[in-house]
Amino acid sequence: MSVQVARSIDAVLDHLSSVSEATLLAGGTDLMVEINFGRARPPDVVAIDRLDELKSLQRNGRVRMGALVTYTRMLDEDPGSLALREAARTVGSPQIRNAGTIGGNLGTCSPAGDTLPVLAALDATVVLRSRAGERRVRFIEFMTGPKRSVRRADELVTAAEWDEAGPAQTFMKVGTRNAMVIAVAGLALVVDRVRHRVGIGIGSCGPTILGAPDAERFATGMFDEAGWERPSWPSEAARTEFGRLVASAARPIDDVRGTAAYRRQVLSVMGARAIARVAELT
Amino acid sequence: MSIAPVRRRVRGGVGESFERPDAVPKVKGEFRYGSDLNREGMLFGATLRSPHPHARIAGIDVAAAKRLPGVKAVITAAELPTRQRFGLMKLDQPVLASGRVRYVGEPVAIVAADTAEAARVAAKAIDVRYELLPAITDPIAALQPGATPLHKPGNVIEEVRVVHGDPDARADIVIEGEYALGMQDQAALGPEAGLAYPRADGGVELHVATQWLHEDLRQIAPCLGLPESKVRLVLAGVGGAFGAREDVTLQIHACLLALATKRPVRMTYGREESFYGHVHRHPAALFYAHGATKQGRLVFVRATIVLDGGAYASSSPAVVANAACFGAGPYRVPNARIHAVGAYTNNPPTGAMRGFGAVQSCFAYEAQMDKLATKLGIDPVELRERNAVRNGDAIVTNQAVEGSAPVAEIVRRCADLPMPESDIPSDPIALPGGAGNLTVGEGVRRGVGFAAGFKNVCYSHGFDDFATARVRLLRDERGPMVRVHTAAAEVGQGVVAVCAQIARTELGVERVEIDPPDTTIGSAGSSSASRQTWMTGGAVLAACREVKAELLSRARVAGRSPDDLPGLLGEPIDRTVTHRHRDTQPRNEDTQNNGHVAFLFAAHRAVVDVDVETGLVKVVQIATAQDVGKAINPLAVIGQIEGGIAQGLGLAVMEEVQLQDGHVRNASFTDYLLPTTLDMPPVVVDLIEHPHPDAPYGAKGVGEPPTISSTPAIVAAIRDATGRELNRVPVRPDDIVFDVPYRSGWRISPGDDPRRASRT
Repeated sequence: MSVQVARSIDAVLDHLSSVSEATLLAGGTDLMVEINFGRARPPDVVAIDRLDELKSLQRNGRVRMGALVTYTRMLDEDPGSLALREAARTVGSPQIRNAGTIGGNLGTCSPAGDTLPVLAALDATVVLRSRAGERRVRFIEFMTGPKRSVRRADELVTAAEWDEAGPAQTFMKVGTRNAMVIAVAGLALVVDRVRHRVGIGIGSCGPTILGAPDAERFATGMFDEAGWERPSWPSEAARTEFGRLVASAARPIDDVRGTAAYRRQVLSVMGARAIARVAELT
Repeated sequence: MSIAPVRRRVRGGVGESFERPDAVPKVKGEFRYGSDLNREGMLFGATLRSPHPHARIAGIDVAAAKRLPGVKAVITAAELPTRQRFGLMKLDQPVLASGRVRYVGEPVAIVAADTAEAARVAAKAIDVRYELLPAITDPIAALQPGATPLHKPGNVIEEVRVVHGDPDARADIVIEGEYALGMQDQAALGPEAGLAYPRADGGVELHVATQWLHEDLRQIAPCLGLPESKVRLVLAGVGGAFGAREDVTLQIHACLLALATKRPVRMTYGREESFYGHVHRHPAALFYAHGATKQGRLVFVRATIVLDGGAYASSSPAVVANAACFGAGPYRVPNARIHAVGAYTNNPPTGAMRGFGAVQSCFAYEAQMDKLATKLGIDPVELRERNAVRNGDAIVTNQAVEGSAPVAEIVRRCADLPMPESDIPSDPIALPGGAGNLTVGEGVRRGVGFAAGFKNVCYSHGFDDFATARVRLLRDERGPMVRVHTAAAEVGQGVVAVCAQIARTELGVERVEIDPPDTTIGSAGSSSASRQTWMTGGAVLAACREVKAELLSRARVAGRSPDDLPGLLGEPIDRTVTHRHRDTQPRNEDTQNNGHVAFLFAAHRAVVDVDVETGLVKVVQIATAQDVGKAINPLAVIGQIEGGIAQGLGLAVMEEVQLQDGHVRNASFTDYLLPTTLDMPPVVVDLIEHPHPDAPYGAKGVGEPPTISSTPAIVAAIRDATGRELNRVPVRPDDIVFDVPYRSGWRISPGDDPRRASRT
């Protein structure tokens, strides 16, 4: 196993373009588990954790979050998304949050990646760079399957970007422990009161992070009626219907962490609670 | 012996909360655990394990593995020095599988190589041809006539019947229930580790993290084809045990590799291998019937208990006996029939874990007590008080409880402990779902549950249970000091501090050093069965008193004050004492005799918040009253109580080795969930100190009771909040949300022989 410590983005890109299969190491919270369990023996590892250019967090109506921003920084520095902060808080322990990064979450691209439903709900863009240049991919097109994405072997995720969407957003996660647990189901809901847009991201309930277009349309109708700028208190019937529509977008399976039936159930519960929670937030 | 009162008062004596000598190094990461062992020229061992629950081994080809760089030895069953098997209670386990594998994870071959990675790669390169056999993974099915026998005598590892009073007694009120427990892992944070090296005399020395050095020695030496005198064991730093280190895991393998290579060999399991490498808690199916008068007096208990022993016996016989003996709870039960059986299956082997059989039956009988209380319209605490065993009463094994039996007192005092100050909070982090940010109170209901439980301390049923201690009082350039040598394994429970506290109190000397435990001294018995304070503590106490008698005699002869230690210790005083508890009787046919030394009691009250829409649970508070006899080190006792409750909480709501057709689905801490600080509630503790006349300072054991009744208390609280039946632990969110009680698929009339079960 060769491990190289990268000193510049260009050096990383040169390396990625020169070998067929390099493994990128940022916080190591996924990769080191694979190695310690003997499941992975990557021949060629490039450590990118010292690339300061990837650590910036810029906000100016639009957020540009460098790939190496850690979960701890999402909590300590306002990243322009309440839901993302809430998602970051659900990740692991303080030690894991100190090490894990948004770029790592995107690089691993697990359906259980905790920030990913938020990126879907924010309609975020993933910034990829290679020696051929930079390209931007909408997150919902970035992820193609469990731990699969459109990132090419010669590309590095350098940042995620999104438009600040205001305060009406939340993230919720179900796991059978009160902390440090992989999501059995996760839900991000963003209501952009300025752009009149509802975004939903569902985690751990399908091969990729899923949207919920029917639920988004339903909620858009609700806010059209109640007024986008004002706090509102959806009726129980409306909350339940929204939850039902969220759950109906899921494609869950039974696995060691939970059953498909349970995932659908908690998605409907999270949906109903999330819409009530964000409708009040202005 | 007449003992002079201690005149010198020293810090860190009996009854004082005193910091353990290993506490700070462990917290700071400076403690040397077994996995930190190192020796010049050391090789690394690795184990190839069966991927199948049941298969015939048609052939093993090690040629490719032997050719790999850095490989120094490859050993299969064919290369073993003897055909000797090992096992705690039955010698039924092969050192390496030959001919047949009986569970996923069974060792088939071992390798030593220059690096851990080379050893791992070589183990993978061994080619084993398996012919698959049908696996039996349902223990009740394994017991039925016609089931394929997994071992020669059949699939019954042990059968224990308790028949007390009129087992067919009738009662006004009868309630029945079926219960089940999943497989819990001890989940010690330090995985198995040991280092063996050859000795000049042709023997071997093994440094190993274990619970009982001498029992390891008894099993290891014959498997190496060596006399015990050629095998020396030294305790390595133990990172928790909880029963998982009672069985031999890598001990024989490491020694074999060291002898074969003539080099030191270290073996360390990773977390995943640890799940396959050690025994777990027995999963159980329990069928209960309780009869009572309309006034709420218990008339009978009838129960059938089936424990899944997995592929090898381990300590199943004793676990089965415990499940049966304590199967009616700490209550006056005049009539009983309890039939407990441990079955061989092709699941991973099960054995000792904190609570040891008492955990399984307590979950069932305490649920029954609550059902009975509901049916009678009596408060559950009141029902338990009314039926509590009192001093002199016999339990269902017809043994009168002597010494202290404060069951009614622990029940009442636990019930009277303060409740949590707050109502249901509004901060999501403090609510079910915790960091998941799920609720600010929506769907959350609070429940309260109560349970009591008990078990034996020390070994039972005629076992020759003893502990040895050597105590030396001497003086060096810094003044008088005491050295205490025992073979007692410090597994985190604090026996090193207890021994030091006893020596300080008895001899009035503050400086006490505990020598490293090894097999050059007599056995201390296992750090199990909550017994080390009673047994090794008792041995240290007895040795100290002999030392003190010699000191007084020297003082008398010399005409000096016994406090003049410098003057009296020209020669050290050196005494070795073997301490035994009073005899217990071997089990008779109906298990009706004095099989146990003494009993430990505890009660738990749980307060939980449950999100009934997501099925998630937050335990808000545990209150407990525990009968400890005497707290030698109250701080350490509370630590034991909190730790035991954490394990009981884990079993109640999250901890399960998930099995599917004999395969473990979650052999990692990613998916085998242990409680975090956010899951573990504040614990309110009331220590009940009625000294037991037979125990050192009256101190009973404390390690196990916290795990016994905490689980049923928490589940009772969840039932209270949700109205669900919840007859299986761990309680899964699905069980709460979908309200589908667990059913084994077998019909067994409580008390009947489980070998005559029918499918429902």
